[in-house]
Amino acid sequence: MERKTPLYDCHVALGGKIVPFAGYLLPVQYPAGVIAEHMAVRTKCGLFDVSHMGEVVYEGPDALANINKILTNDYTKMDIGRVRYSLMCYENGGVVDDLLVYKMRDDKYLIVVNAGNHDKDVEWMKEHLFGDVSFTDISDDVAQIALQGPASDTIIAKLTQDIPQKYYSFIDNVSIGGINALLSQTGYTGSKGYEIYVAAADAPAMWQNLLDAGQDEGLIPCGLGARDTLRLEAAMPLYGHEMDETVSPFEAGLGFAVKLDKDFIGRDALLAAGEPKRQRVGLKVLGRGIVREHQDVYYQGELIGHSTSGTHCPYLGGAYAMALIAANSVKNGDIVEVDVRGRRIEAEIVPLPFYKRA
Amino acid sequence: MTNPSDYKYVRSHEWLCYVDDDRVRVGITDFAQQAMGDLVFVNLPIVGDMTTAGEPLCDVESVKSVEDIFAPVSGEVTAINEELMDHPELINAAPYDAWIAEISHITDTEELLDAAAYEAVCAEEE
Repeated sequence: MERKTPLYDCHVALGGKIVPFAGYLLPVQYPAGVIAEHMAVRTKCGLFDVSHMGEVVYEGPDALANINKILTNDYTKMDIGRVRYSLMCYENGGVVDDLLVYKMRDDKYLIVVNAGNHDKDVEWMKEHLFGDVSFTDISDDVAQIALQGPASDTIIAKLTQDIPQKYYSFIDNVSIGGINALLSQTGYTGSKGYEIYVAAADAPAMWQNLLDAGQDEGLIPCGLGARDTLRLEAAMPLYGHEMDETVSPFEAGLGFAVKLDKDFIGRDALLAAGEPKRQRVGLKVLGRGIVREHQDVYYQGELIGHSTSGTHCPYLGGAYAMALIAANSVKNGDIVEVDVRGRRIEAEIVPLPFYKRA
Repeated sequence: MTNPSDYKYVRSHEWLCYVDDDRVRVGITDFAQQAMGDLVFVNLPIVGDMTTAGEPLCDVESVKSVEDIFAPVSGEVTAINEELMDHPELINAAPYDAWIAEISHITDTEELLDAAAYEAVCAEEE
């Protein structure tokens, strides 16, 4: 049985087309449609309900030691008010989840995890707790709204003056239109934007305040469809696609978030594995058609891997995909073939990301 | 949008209209295009393809997914709407004008519904 987010009634009222996703009922699109929603985020602004994301808190004298042991990134040198991406690995080096860590205090960290991985993440984290730390799952108490697009600065400035100025930074206890929230300059679209964490009960009022503030800036509500095309266009990895328990962070091209010079779960396996045998690459589809996930990629007649995500990218105006292929089997500019339901279509190996904001 | 009364419909949400006794144009209904959302690619059949009623004729891609389009009649593809290659969004804009293929030499047909019967099918699915 899928659950409703605190904003469910808002989505229905706005004409959102509701689908089940990661255990929640969420809008896949609104009447504007995926393409218009995608373009709004690239050129104006879009508003997303991402309340399905999970939030947990580590607090206590050993909070830092705990997250440094269970996560691949290093949190030793980090300022309060900053956000840092990490993987969480199994002992064998496969990925449990990818997540964001917010440093609230020296002894308090907020971690945001994927909705689809929430239950296994919480179980894994609880299993590995040690020392003097409390672990709290606050997912049900917190709603999350993403305001994404170049007009997000103007819109948020109408509601608060306490705006985090750096990418991957945040301010807690900000009053946004009179409602207390955590405001962070983060997002999953590749465009400038903010994410707002608010008490579940306050979410509908916050949602409406943001929509009202954005009315003159071209702000429209956006669904899961645009969220996926935007993250793909920006070549942001998605758990279950670009990485999972069978793919190492290095193969997924996420080595920047793995610090082998400290101790963490999965480190020994990752060191033992040596050079990654596969790599994540970008494909620009040249032929007619759309490459989706799980389609075989061939180079000079030889199977070299498979696509992990792919779609039509409305802003770039073409079909793009990411693929996991044998390491060093191709270079940028090479032409590969992808088997799209029995039809071979050509694609060019291109650098990631596909879209990068100016 | 109303479904044209001079068209026929099948339960898999394709429409057909008779050009003459042995030749139909085939497209997808307004209900279908709304369910799929913005179309970004139409993988058109090829002239000369033999179709089987109830079997896939071609597929279309929306931003989110790929969907099979089913042939409402058995016959031979004798024309395709090449405009859709570069403008798949025409199906979203005007589903009853944006025909996908013309099928001739018809040997069999699916159960054909009139507009009212088809609307009842849609109402059940909603």
